[in-house]
Amino acid sequence: MFSSIDPSIVLAILPEILLLLLAVIVLVFDMFLDKAQHRNLGWLTAGGLGFILVLSLAVARPGTESELIWGGMLRHDWLGFVFKMLFIFGALITSLFAMDVRDLGHRGEFYLLLLASTLGMNIMASASNIIMLYIGIETTSIPLYILAGFFKTDDKSTEAGFKYLLFGALTSTVMLYGFSLLYGFSGTTDLYALAQGLIAGELPLALSLGTLMLVLVGFGFKVSVVPFHFWAPDVYEGAPTPVAGFLSTASKAAGFSVLMRFLLAAFPPDAVPYWTAILAALATASMTLGNSLALAQKNIKRLLAYSSIAHAGYALIGVAAVSQFGITDVSRFGITAVVFYLVAYVITNLAAFGAVAAFWRISGSDEIADYAALSRRAPGLSLVLLVAFLSLAGMPPLGGFVGKVFVFAAAVRANLVWLAIIGVLNSIIGLYYYLIVLKVIYLYRSEEEDKPVPITRPYALALVVLVIGIILVGTAFAPWFNWADTAAASLF
Amino acid sequence: MQFPILSIIVFTPILAGMLILLIPGERRDEIRVAALAAAFIAMLLSAWVYFSYDTAAGGYQLVEQYDWLPVLGISYHVGVDGISAPLVLLTGVVMFTGVLISWGIDDRPREFFAFLFILATGVFGVFVALDLFGLFFFYEIAVFPMFLLISIWGWKVTREYAAMKLTLYLFIGSVIALVGGLAMYFSSGLNTFDMLALENANFSESFQRFWFPFVFFGFAVLGGIFPFHNWSPDGHVAAPTAVSMFHAGVLMKLGAFAALRVGIMLLPEGARFHMPWIILLTLVNVVYGAFIAMVQTDFKYVIGFSSVSHMGLVLMGFATLNREGLIGAGVQMFSHGIMTALFFAVVGMVYDQAHTREIPKLGGFARVMPVTAVAFIIGGLVSMGMPGFSGFIAEFPIFMGLWRYQPWIAIVAVVSIVITASYIMRIIGRVFFGQLPEEFVGHVKDVTALDKVALGMLSIILIVVGVYPTVMVPLVQSGVQNVLRLFGGA
Repeated sequence: MFSSIDPSIVLAILPEILLLLLAVIVLVFDMFLDKAQHRNLGWLTAGGLGFILVLSLAVARPGTESELIWGGMLRHDWLGFVFKMLFIFGALITSLFAMDVRDLGHRGEFYLLLLASTLGMNIMASASNIIMLYIGIETTSIPLYILAGFFKTDDKSTEAGFKYLLFGALTSTVMLYGFSLLYGFSGTTDLYALAQGLIAGELPLALSLGTLMLVLVGFGFKVSVVPFHFWAPDVYEGAPTPVAGFLSTASKAAGFSVLMRFLLAAFPPDAVPYWTAILAALATASMTLGNSLALAQKNIKRLLAYSSIAHAGYALIGVAAVSQFGITDVSRFGITAVVFYLVAYVITNLAAFGAVAAFWRISGSDEIADYAALSRRAPGLSLVLLVAFLSLAGMPPLGGFVGKVFVFAAAVRANLVWLAIIGVLNSIIGLYYYLIVLKVIYLYRSEEEDKPVPITRPYALALVVLVIGIILVGTAFAPWFNWADTAAASLF
Repeated sequence: MQFPILSIIVFTPILAGMLILLIPGERRDEIRVAALAAAFIAMLLSAWVYFSYDTAAGGYQLVEQYDWLPVLGISYHVGVDGISAPLVLLTGVVMFTGVLISWGIDDRPREFFAFLFILATGVFGVFVALDLFGLFFFYEIAVFPMFLLISIWGWKVTREYAAMKLTLYLFIGSVIALVGGLAMYFSSGLNTFDMLALENANFSESFQRFWFPFVFFGFAVLGGIFPFHNWSPDGHVAAPTAVSMFHAGVLMKLGAFAALRVGIMLLPEGARFHMPWIILLTLVNVVYGAFIAMVQTDFKYVIGFSSVSHMGLVLMGFATLNREGLIGAGVQMFSHGIMTALFFAVVGMVYDQAHTREIPKLGGFARVMPVTAVAFIIGGLVSMGMPGFSGFIAEFPIFMGLWRYQPWIAIVAVVSIVITASYIMRIIGRVFFGQLPEEFVGHVKDVTALDKVALGMLSIILIVVGVYPTVMVPLVQSGVQNVLRLFGGA
């Protein structure tokens, strides 16, 4: 049967194939490389991912027409592609951040698990069959559980891994139950035939909505939106910082890619208004709760965890703006806004976590109070944190500003002005706690202020790339927007 | 293609700021010289813009337009009219004198100038923006460096509180206005953020009435409108001297200007509907601000509240929606900007020597710093609206416009001049004349030559505009024409 395979569909899964290949290479090097050389596995992984990124951009781009491939298991389209590139970029940066972290950067397993998880995300982003989708989600999650608990001797890390596993397993079970009901009601596992199947089965609206809610539990966990957010602060706090950064960016973006595809493909049109009302409510709760709880945090990773919950809320505004199902323009703009927002958010949040990791490596602390006088100890690192936090707060000329404007614009356009107002009010709370951190960094003095905070080369490289990225997304936003728009268009 | 002078003005400060960040922090003199050079270039260019504006032709000039995001109709579109050209000049002058006066800053001057210049780019950008998205973009760039500038280099007692209060107030205002801007964008159906196109969008009456307060108040917060003026005196007082100058001199104009450009010009029907009660708020600004200034004992708070009062006059001029009022408001923005920069510079100089701003503890400073005293007196005369100074050219038309609008408001507002005279006289008498207190004898020195240059420049501008108003009034008049055409040429 393999003789009948069209080479173009192999090309379509080129990133996945190369990721697997890279994982094998890393494994082999891990076995045969001298112990002292193990740090170089980071360069190998990062270089390999960079190569995959460039090569995929060059040859694996989807055409203008989306197509179902591999027996309808995957959909080769721009939405999936844009997200895949984002995940690979996130993994690249994460491996650079991890290289110089003790007990992390010298372990081949770390890079292997990172690559496996990235592979799972790639499958998630393009899966068009609920079985494939489930496999993708599990392939993503299981390595992440281990990564979160990677510091075996550190209680907090172990706790983080275990907590993440328990929450993940629970929500995943609920989601799987939802999947099985969907199959039972519609008689198909094909995402794009699901809606037709549900309609043909003449399922009462309440029942199909209930089933979809079960599925939403799984997605909500992935994007850490209220009320499925409880794991996030503890896991972020305990997990190795580069892993926490990866969880809050790539993993969250993967959740959103699935959420958007699922919403637009699998829903019977009459269920959509209810679904968007639910999403609007979740967005409101997530923004408000995330931001309010972030106010009280003393630990910077917990603060970033709550801030990332709030950011999931902002992004959900864009998804909720897909309300008038008939009017494709409006829905498409909503999706575009979300994709753009996520691109800006992933780059920004990686920079924030990277800077936190770089500081932690030297000081061993994540307490905000210990950041006092950082601007005197490490002016460059402080500038990175300044840029990242202001971008998270939504200040121009940084990516976060444009992302927020688009998301709020999507809400206004979909006649959800109230949601936009809640969003802007929330961004003020956000600004407050980001400024508090910046105040500690720039204003407060400390007894250790003549101790410099040296930055190693991988950190410097990654952080410079990210800062340039944040500014580029915030100023030359036309190409990014067009990318996001093409991705959104592929859903309709 | 014509020479892109406006873009050069907008981006010179931020590029200079980035370059300054690359200079090693301990080479302070090089940092200062680089900052001064950049500020000088920006000032020269802004003067060029001001004097090359062709009043007879009117409209928007020196226009540049490039695509930014064509799909959504976002473009980089800049140009000046008769109202914004003086403000560009104002920014250039305040930036240059601000750098001169900040020469003595010793704590991380590199970061100080870098942040100050990012702020300047935002300010220039707003004044020349003709695209709504661009306006918001630059507006927020102008807001956030303020937080760092005040909280790092400000007055130790209140800086953290004041910086946070100011930033949150301004940010709330701008995001509320942003929602209004987005509403305009979508309901116009023109798929463009270009303000010149949105002027002709013919928004329905109910739309304009609903959204006008969002947009107008969102921006007017930064213009210090009552009851949202509260952040401003605290901010002025906590800020270091150059930042106070920038803040009161330029930043508050930014709010008033954006309220005019986006609120009044894009939603004229909304303006006509709401102005009758908004004018009462501005009346409170003018009179109440002056009274509060009168009872302050802190030198800097006096000036801070006087800014609230004078900015009230600007917004009041807008609210009349007639030719005289608008012309006066346009000139007042410039005149008050220069004047208040002068005032804050003087306050800073006195404080640097005396280490106190309590008016009862000061006295006799005219003897040790005569130039400073003369400069303050000139500023004071401007502030009272004395003929022969720019304040008269600005305030007289505003009161004329008010009279045409509603005589009793003009009568009440004129009271503020008397109060202003009383607190200015009190400061001149108590701070600059009388006995120099014992503890200052021998400690208090005259200001540096650079400071004198800055004060001289500011004073001369105030006198030139006062004595020879033709240098500014026809320009503003043509700008006002540009506004009034949206009101049926009234």
